[in-house]
Parts: sequence; structure tokens; C-alpha cells
Amino acid sequence: MSWDWSVIIEHFPRLLDGAWLTLQLVFLSALVGFLLALPLALLRASPNRWLQALPYAYIFFFRGTPLLVQIFLIYYGASQFEGLKQTWLWPILSEPFWCAIIAFSLNTAAYGAEILRGAIQAVPRGEVEAAQALGMSKPLMVRRIILPRAFGLALPAYGNELVLLLKGSALASTITLLDLTGMARNIIARTYTPVEIFLTAGVIYLLLSFLLFGGFRWLERRLNAHYH
Amino acid sequence: MFDLKGFGDLLWAGTLVTIELALAGLLVGLVLGLLGASAKLSPFRVARWLASAYTTLFRGLPELLVVLLIYFGASSLLMWIASGFGYDEYIELSPFVAGVTALGLAFGAYATEVFRSALQAIPHGQREAALALGMGRWLAFRRIVLPQVWRLALPGLGNLFLVLLKDTALVSVIGLEDLMRKATMAVGYTKEPFTFYLAAALIYLALTALTSAALHRLEHYANRGYRGARA
Repeated sequence: MSWDWSVIIEHFPRLLDGAWLTLQLVFLSALVGFLLALPLALLRASPNRWLQALPYAYIFFFRGTPLLVQIFLIYYGASQFEGLKQTWLWPILSEPFWCAIIAFSLNTAAYGAEILRGAIQAVPRGEVEAAQALGMSKPLMVRRIILPRAFGLALPAYGNELVLLLKGSALASTITLLDLTGMARNIIARTYTPVEIFLTAGVIYLLLSFLLFGGFRWLERRLNAHYH
Repeated sequence: MFDLKGFGDLLWAGTLVTIELALAGLLVGLVLGLLGASAKLSPFRVARWLASAYTTLFRGLPELLVVLLIYFGASSLLMWIASGFGYDEYIELSPFVAGVTALGLAFGAYATEVFRSALQAIPHGQREAALALGMGRWLAFRRIVLPQVWRLALPGLGNLFLVLLKDTALVSVIGLEDLMRKATMAVGYTKEPFTFYLAAALIYLALTALTSAALHRLEHYANRGYRGARA
């Protein structure tokens, strides 16, 4: 079996372009997903059963179905509705990049909401009671006591979720996006060297996930430094 | 609301393939997980290092990439090995085998960690007592350690199986005739992507809901006799 280094060297810059798109997808989706997850988690953590139900349905759907189905539903599914093509939504929904962002964000929001909910419910009761004893209003308490504490508690699990998002981003290649995996498949279609290119792409993914994981560990240490 | 236009049978056939794929991947993954956990806890540094490399590799790589790598790369690897034995024909890997291998490898990497922590939670004294009673090492493992590992590992493994079930959709990318692929075929005929992908989503949802319920009952059964153990 011959190993072709020249193919790797020649196409490495294009793989890096793909990796850049992957990072864009991951960071944008993580951000939007987090902003979505926050209200969802707060609703889920509410003692009111009706307020809990809607987020629960959303979370159930997005955690129970494969990411691939969700992507296809949004990218291909939108074209079924003729009325949609007239609206301002169509330019967004016909772009694979935005469809991928929407799908990834909705997906990571569901998992993130559960993580944040667990963290919110794990905030030590003593701190909450102290806040109430001091006469803090509910919104103030949530903003200044519960959420900061919950973020610190959620960091390890959220870091894990981010790595899972990175791995899920590879699915963007199925809707013609040229992310790292998409670029790799594109190169292989011309050079017929699947092992070399896929392994190189794999190494780049591993490096990216190490970086992400390391970044989160650092954040964890800084945020939780005074809690030991 | 839901007119499947006669494609219900097709989707059902795809669902069966999805289930087959998931169960086969589970089998491979469980074996790999147990092997990996034993290697991680082994006294030999080489075994520990190999297991570590295995878990790091397959927990860091996207499953889609592994599926593609194995499907496209395994044929060249197998042909190279076979030519060493003088077999020069073209060897091709079916999408099903490639899918089972890839998903099993990924499952096994995560399962290694689950099994390892479960194994470490079993009090060492029980194994020592079994050996003191004259049980062979394998018998002690099979009758004393493994049943208890099962109870501790079940929640983690159950979660991993749900992930596996959803990852089976990825194998449609290399042409396996699973639920996702059948749905895509139906879409090609009827031009109604939303209907059919939603139908596929609901079927996956039903599969995960059923599996979750079954896992819940299994956990209940495995924990019988442990009062208040799992609060």
C-alpha cells in the first residue's frame, strides 16, 4: 500500500480552508445555541408544569432525532412550501450555510438546555436562600446569583457538548458545504486517495477538539477558582 | 395531514435495516468496550497505552468521518493485506459492514470508559474472595464481577445506545438502504421532502422513545434488591 505524502502537502491549504468553515459553523452555532438554551433551561427549571411542557417537547424532539434528519428537514424540507419562496425567509433558507447554522443551533440548544437546567438545579440551596433572605427580587437573584453559579457548574458538561458539536459539524458536508469533511470528500473525488486525506482531516479534527477542550478546562479553572 | 403516498412499506423496510444496523453495532461496540476496559486496567503498559489511543482517537473523530474512512479506506487496506497472501482480486466492503464497523468502533471507545469506571467500582475484596474460594479467574469474572458491572454500566451504555441509534442515519451517506435513505428515495419520487423527512424523524423519535422506556425497565430490573441505591 503506497502512502502518498505529496497529495497531503499539495491539498493541505484547502483542508485548512475547510477547517476554517468548520470553526465558523461551530462558533456561530454554539453562540446562537447557547442564547436559545438559556431561556429554555430557565423555563424547564420552573416549578410550573405548563411552563415546563413546551421546552420539554422541543428538547424531546431535538434530542430524539438524528442531526442528519434535522438538517435535511430544514434544508430540503423548506422547499416543499411554495408560499415560503415568496417571503424574506427564502434567501436564508436556500443557503446551505444558514440552514446548517439553524439546524446545529437548534440541536445544541436542546442539549445545552438540559445541561443548564441540571446546573441551575444544582446551585446550592443555601446561596439561593441567602439571596431571598436579603430581599432580592427573582430576576435579580437569577441574574446575579443563580446563573453565574450555574455557568461554573455547567462548564465541564458544556465543553463536552461543544466537542460533540464539532463532530456534528461534519454533517454540513451532506448539504454541499465545504467544511473540513466536505473539502476532504471534494479532494478525494479528484485524487482518489481516501485514506491519506481522511486521516489528515481526522488529525485536524483531533487538534481542533484538543484546542476546544483545553480552552474549556482553562475557563473552568478560572471561573471555579474560588469555589474550592 | 400525512399522506405517505404508498411509501409506507419502503420506510418500514428502511426502519428494519436501521434497527439491524444499531443492534449489530451494539454487539461489536460492547465487545470492544469490554476489551478496551480490560486493557485500560491491565498491568501491561502497552495495553493501557493502546486502549488510551483507541478511546482518544474515536472520541475525537466525527462519526461521519470514521464511516467514510472505513468505507473508502478499508477496501484498499484489505486488498493490500490480501495481496500479501497472493489474492489479487478486488475486495469491496458492503456499506452495512462498513457502517457496523465504524459505529461499533465509536461505541466501543465511549463504552470503554463506562465499563472501566463500572469495573473500578466493584469492591476488590469480592474478586479476592472468589479466588480464595478456588474459583478460576475467568469464572470469578463471569459469575461475580460481570453481573455487577452490568448494573453499574447500564445507564451509561443505554445513553450510548441511543446515540448509536441516531448515528445509524449517517450510514445512509454511503448508500446503505436504511430509513434515511428510503426517505430520500421517496422524496425523489414525490418531491415532498418535508413530509417524508418529518415521517422519518417521527419514526426515529418512536424508536428512541421505545428504547428509553425499555432501558428504564431494564435498569429497574438490574437494580432489584438494591434498596434506595439509585436515589
